[in-house]
Amino acid sequence: MSMGLLRLLRGKKASAPVARERLQILLAHERGMRGQPDLLGVLREEILAVVSRHVTLDPTKVIVRLERGDEVSTLEVDIEVPNDFERKKVAVA
Amino acid sequence: MSKVLVVTSGKGGVGKTTTTAALGAALAQRGDKVVVVDFDVGLRNLDLVMGAERRVVFDLINVVQGVAKLPQALIRDKRLENLWLLPASQTRDKDALTEEGVGKVIDDLRGRFDWVICDSPAGIERGASMAMRFADEAVIVTNPEVSSVRDSDRIIGMLDSKTVRAEKGERVEKHILITRYDPSRAARGEMLTIDDILEILATPLLGIIPESQDVLKASNVGTPVTLSNADGAPARAYMDAAKRLCGENVTMHVPAERRGLMDRLLRRRAA
Repeated sequence: MSMGLLRLLRGKKASAPVARERLQILLAHERGMRGQPDLLGVLREEILAVVSRHVTLDPTKVIVRLERGDEVSTLEVDIEVPNDFERKKVAVA
Repeated sequence: MSKVLVVTSGKGGVGKTTTTAALGAALAQRGDKVVVVDFDVGLRNLDLVMGAERRVVFDLINVVQGVAKLPQALIRDKRLENLWLLPASQTRDKDALTEEGVGKVIDDLRGRFDWVICDSPAGIERGASMAMRFADEAVIVTNPEVSSVRDSDRIIGMLDSKTVRAEKGERVEKHILITRYDPSRAARGEMLTIDDILEILATPLLGIIPESQDVLKASNVGTPVTLSNADGAPARAYMDAAKRLCGENVTMHVPAERRGLMDRLLRRRAA
């Protein structure tokens, strides 16, 4: 009560409630992930395996990113493919 | 009946070593026979905080590897006759801490002491997991700050899954000790409150140690804070925490802001 009043008089916003909320959201997520396989790692491996069947790839050039949003999250898969991959494919066929 | 207590946190610099020394001394002052064990291999500091840095001959790794016998490595405190220290090695690699070797040493210590207090290194690597591996109880040292609370949560997860007790389907009794609590910052809403921390971590509170010059002064002179200024706020808070560890019911004191009128006026003007 007096805490809030003091803050009002000073016109400053307390940062502690922000800390509390950020922690609650983060920890709810982290606790859920504990003991689970590393999703991004698994995705990266499997995507790499599928694409490698058709194209010769440098495994270090496959990047999988996950961006968590409030409503939806986006999964970004960035694969760098060598320019001559089409010709290689033809050669194999 | 002896108890193995790990003092842990995940995050560094929150006050694990200070807490180990203070709780060890507080329990010894109450008459229990106590050993404090430093698990921070390569970066030992408990010896320094306890004021025994010039008396280290053998260490935990020497004992684990059978180079020295346990009684040769134990250092008796000069102030409290039932307080002992088992230092960490400063030179060896932490991989020298084998589970089997540590288990044997802990068993041996259980037979000699009422309390075996293990000072964990920061992090979640081998030293930290060995420090908690055989624990019956854990004190999780937490600062009222987001990164410390997050790391405490992670450590609680490890205590519930990676300890011998957890693997046997038993529980490690866990306690939160909040250190470096600054009442004036809490009053200004700049610091997570005690209630916030306890709600987030869902673990009972052992004590609240206020931020204080006493703690730095105590480590400067190599004396546990409960001995260096026994009447100070941190010493009293640690003594109360030790009583709670022994099962006593002690009223929890939330450190309050102590400011005079002038102080308030000046602070408001500055803000």
